[in-house]
Amino acid sequence: MGSLQLKSVRKSFGTVDVIKGIDLDVKDGEFVIFVGPSGCGKSTLLRIIAGLEDATSGSITIDGAEVVTVPPAKRGIAMVFQSYALYPHLSVKDNMGLGLKQAGTPKDEIEKRVSKASAMLSLEKYLARRPAELSGGQRQRVAIGRAIVREPKLFLFDEPLSNLDAALRVNTRLEIARLHRELKATMIYVTHDQVEAMTLADKIVVLDAGVIQQVGSPMELYNRPANLFVAGFIGSPAMNFIDAGRLGVTDAKTIGVRPEHLSLSRDNGEWQGKVVHVEHLGADTIIYLESEKVGLITVRLFGEHHYAVDDVVFATSAAGQTHRFDANGRAIR
Amino acid sequence: MSKARTSLTRTSLVHLALISYAIISVFPVFLTIINSMKDRNAIFRNPMQLPSPKTFDLVGYYTVLGQGDFANYFQNSFIVTVASIALVLLFGAMAAFALSEYRFRGNTLMGLYLAIGIMIPIRLGTVAILQGMVATGLVNTLTALVLVYTAQGIPLAVFILSEFMRTVSDDLKNAGRIDGLSEYSIFFRLVLPLVRPAMATVAVFTMIPIWNDLWFPLILAPSEATKTVTLGSQIFIGQFVTNWNAVLAALSLAIFPVLVLYLVFSRQLIRGITSGAVK
Repeated sequence: MGSLQLKSVRKSFGTVDVIKGIDLDVKDGEFVIFVGPSGCGKSTLLRIIAGLEDATSGSITIDGAEVVTVPPAKRGIAMVFQSYALYPHLSVKDNMGLGLKQAGTPKDEIEKRVSKASAMLSLEKYLARRPAELSGGQRQRVAIGRAIVREPKLFLFDEPLSNLDAALRVNTRLEIARLHRELKATMIYVTHDQVEAMTLADKIVVLDAGVIQQVGSPMELYNRPANLFVAGFIGSPAMNFIDAGRLGVTDAKTIGVRPEHLSLSRDNGEWQGKVVHVEHLGADTIIYLESEKVGLITVRLFGEHHYAVDDVVFATSAAGQTHRFDANGRAIR
Repeated sequence: MSKARTSLTRTSLVHLALISYAIISVFPVFLTIINSMKDRNAIFRNPMQLPSPKTFDLVGYYTVLGQGDFANYFQNSFIVTVASIALVLLFGAMAAFALSEYRFRGNTLMGLYLAIGIMIPIRLGTVAILQGMVATGLVNTLTALVLVYTAQGIPLAVFILSEFMRTVSDDLKNAGRIDGLSEYSIFFRLVLPLVRPAMATVAVFTMIPIWNDLWFPLILAPSEATKTVTLGSQIFIGQFVTNWNAVLAALSLAIFPVLVLYLVFSRQLIRGITSGAVK
């Protein structure tokens, strides 16, 4: 129970179009992530689904029911905010229970759900505390708990991990993945971090400039990007784009090769280049080459490799791992 | 808290400036209080002198408490001040919330209109206000004063509070909306507690001019039953003879209730500030 359909949803602030017609189908139990650079309209879209912003036009249905005119509290959704947005004057327990109390749920039912959610998030010890007495990670767990107790049809997450430090971010990410497995609920999650998107999502929606660029599973996006934007956005370090003319390819405008699909050799290979910078990450070594033929390219090698700046090397792309794009930036398949 | 190194001269200069300002501010009050406890001759002969056993005289206080209905005047002042503050805070905060939270046609214009209220003194409209009060039969009632003071206080309250309300996180209000709180509960239960320090500031700024005002009580409510303390003290100031003992005693007494109110609000102010910063 928890499907969502968006049909040509548009939003403009004055004369500025922020969302330019979004069609999307989210099935029950799916974990969908909206990802895109800042200003692409992903948070606005989430707010429109939540009912915190009105869409300029278009229709939104949750579980088959049109919700455009339904207030946020009646849409059967729960939202987790980037800034936690806990009520500062209420205890953890009251923070979690407030929504149910407003909906007129009986006290013992609230009690039951709060204790179940707090057990799930190991928050039992902190139920009597105020948000100010909790650490960042605990606050975010309370915010997630507040969403869980409402047993919503749809969970909405607005960059929930952005305010946490790196270690905590990984933990909380695992926690959210575990919750999704346990609750089997439909979740919609907004982030600008492609690692979160790749690791959590069943389905990623890549947005840019208010338009959906591509929808697909993480591996689909990685292996078969629909256009230059998606190809450049998914994957880190970003894909190398080479002007097809320089390679003598005539049936495409741009050739894309992921850094991890290039190999290096000191003796021979496709493209000769000079090393301009080397980054050692332990598990990976990232090498930046300046090549006369193809310009600046990035190569990602697994493990430790010792190349020095100004070394002359040859890069070779792995067979069948290049992407071709036409003049409009669309992938040619 | 880390403490930056400051030179001794710098610190002492700052303190010197602050102390001299404090002395200048407090001196008239001090003078009023010491002279209220001296006899008439001593007030004129040596106004700067502290009351000595020879010059100590509480005749002013006896006059004030014996003559005139000062308990009633105090009560009137108190009712008018407290009621006005309450209304200013309530309506000012509500207007500020609307102006800062909702996007509606004429929002900026409305904000500017209210800001003009800060710049134009309400006394310019005294004649019209008096005519209105006469027409509505509110002359010689405390209601008249409360209404005027509320109108006088609201512009500044809206101005200060709307700035503060803009700082309350949108996410918090949206979380409330998703949890099913009405706009009124969001205002009263989420926003107001967070802007409490600003409310205390507004309360203090509103309170002092109201308590000290002579103009409107004199014009709108000069009857014996509705006199405020400031107006009541005027009975001792005559055209030819002024009972300085009584005037000074009445003014000294008038300081205390307002001081108590100030302490109440300033404690709120400090609590409000620390509840956010210190956990």
